[in-house]
Amino acid sequence: METEIRLRVDGQEHEVAVDTRTTVLDALRERLGITSPKKGCDHGQCGSCTVLLDGRRATTCLALAVAHDGAEIVTAEGLGTDGELHPVQEAFVDHDALQCGYCTPGQVCSAVGVLREAAQGWPSVVTEVGAEGDIVLDQEEIAERMSGNLCRCGAYVNIVSAVAAAAEAEGAGR
Amino acid sequence: MKPFRYERATDAAHAVATVAAHPGAAFLGAGTNLVDHLKLGITAPDLLVDVSRLPLDEVAELDDGGLRVGANVRNADLAAHPAVRARYPVLSQALLSGASGQLRNLATTGGNLLQRTRCAYFQDPSTPCNKRDPGSGCAALEGWTRYHAILGASSHCVAVHPSDMAVAMAALDAVVVTLGPDGERRIPVTDFHRLPGDAPHRDTVLRHGELITAVELPGLPWAARSRYRKVRDRASYAFALVSVAVALDLEDDGRTVREARIALGGIAHKPWRAERAEQALRGLPATEESCRTAADAETADAHPLRDNAFKIPLVHNTLVAVVRDLVPETPGSSLEGAR
Repeated sequence: METEIRLRVDGQEHEVAVDTRTTVLDALRERLGITSPKKGCDHGQCGSCTVLLDGRRATTCLALAVAHDGAEIVTAEGLGTDGELHPVQEAFVDHDALQCGYCTPGQVCSAVGVLREAAQGWPSVVTEVGAEGDIVLDQEEIAERMSGNLCRCGAYVNIVSAVAAAAEAEGAGR
Repeated sequence: MKPFRYERATDAAHAVATVAAHPGAAFLGAGTNLVDHLKLGITAPDLLVDVSRLPLDEVAELDDGGLRVGANVRNADLAAHPAVRARYPVLSQALLSGASGQLRNLATTGGNLLQRTRCAYFQDPSTPCNKRDPGSGCAALEGWTRYHAILGASSHCVAVHPSDMAVAMAALDAVVVTLGPDGERRIPVTDFHRLPGDAPHRDTVLRHGELITAVELPGLPWAARSRYRKVRDRASYAFALVSVAVALDLEDDGRTVREARIALGGIAHKPWRAERAEQALRGLPATEESCRTAADAETADAHPLRDNAFKIPLVHNTLVAVVRDLVPETPGSSLEGAR
């Protein structure tokens, strides 16, 4: 059965009729032609469909579109402004943090989410118990926080460097 | 995927009445487990009642010093909540051990309790599974059992419960609050999940149409000294082979165990409250030797399968490691050797 929903994607309003079975990922790719979120495993295990959903990084392959009527979505395509890449995207380019590139849009969106979560003081499982205040995004923290994004090329070393550089640049800008 | 109708619940009572009136209806929370099951053909409801926008998303203080966690509180929010981090670090760590950052941003407290086993045979509709299809048999019994149960299983099912959060909640004596057609119920989380027996298709004691509205964490000041440790096949983003949640109350000497709360994950059909281990540890110094005695007491009745006998020593070693993290170093402590 079809239902009309509204999605705001990368700053643009869309009205789209979706079957109740449609995921947010399929609504973006198949209905709206927004193909930066990638369909990898389609079971929530690889992270390539990650976007910022209402401000938080989230996988979209297990989220039903009809349940996210009215959502604000930012994909890797919508991160930059005025033709400029987002600092995290710049860092990925600078550090050669991509090989085949299929997982990259999800990695980039996830990294943007990681920086926000760390800025809010959110712990990860490797953060010391009782540690308060600023989270230091060292290699261990970045690897743990980015672990929901798989890269079959194994470009992890450069991805971690890119996220570290983006974190440092953001810290310097504060 | 079979077509289904979708309805967004306007309030909890409406959601309960709607699902209760439709045998083929199910609640939809974030859907991170349910939607996967719809895709895999494990379940095929004809109506989903979306409860994800019900205002059950508060973490509130209770009079006894505990916390009431609304069923729609996101795993990421609960893990980061200052009161949870300070008063129940075991719960924060368990939540952060589960899934990935993206999934924790979606998944909810109520949904996490209801996630179903990740047994590979349950997830594969081409194989027999008494949990998915009652009476069809169990492919795991003669299959690959590295991830399966060593305690509390039956000849009908050897699957384990996948939640980390629920293991910490079992150690904390949390209470699940539900709303059903007959009103509110309060169910200790240790009684909430079932052992398989001859009805492994029933994961919990919930009735059709009964909705989780909250989880209450009782006040337990000494739970500030608590930890969760999860052992898995890769460093992160994998289900537990074994996990251990411990909260310790120590005597004034800083090393004798006055009271212990221990729960284990990855070894049974439900979050396993380790009462025998707790009993064994009480009154003893928190040393490696006493932890091993406690683990022996708990695993005495273990029935390992072909591929998972390693879980018995793994429970022992992990319990030692968690207690080592919790007890301040004392010169000559025999836990030093395990460091």
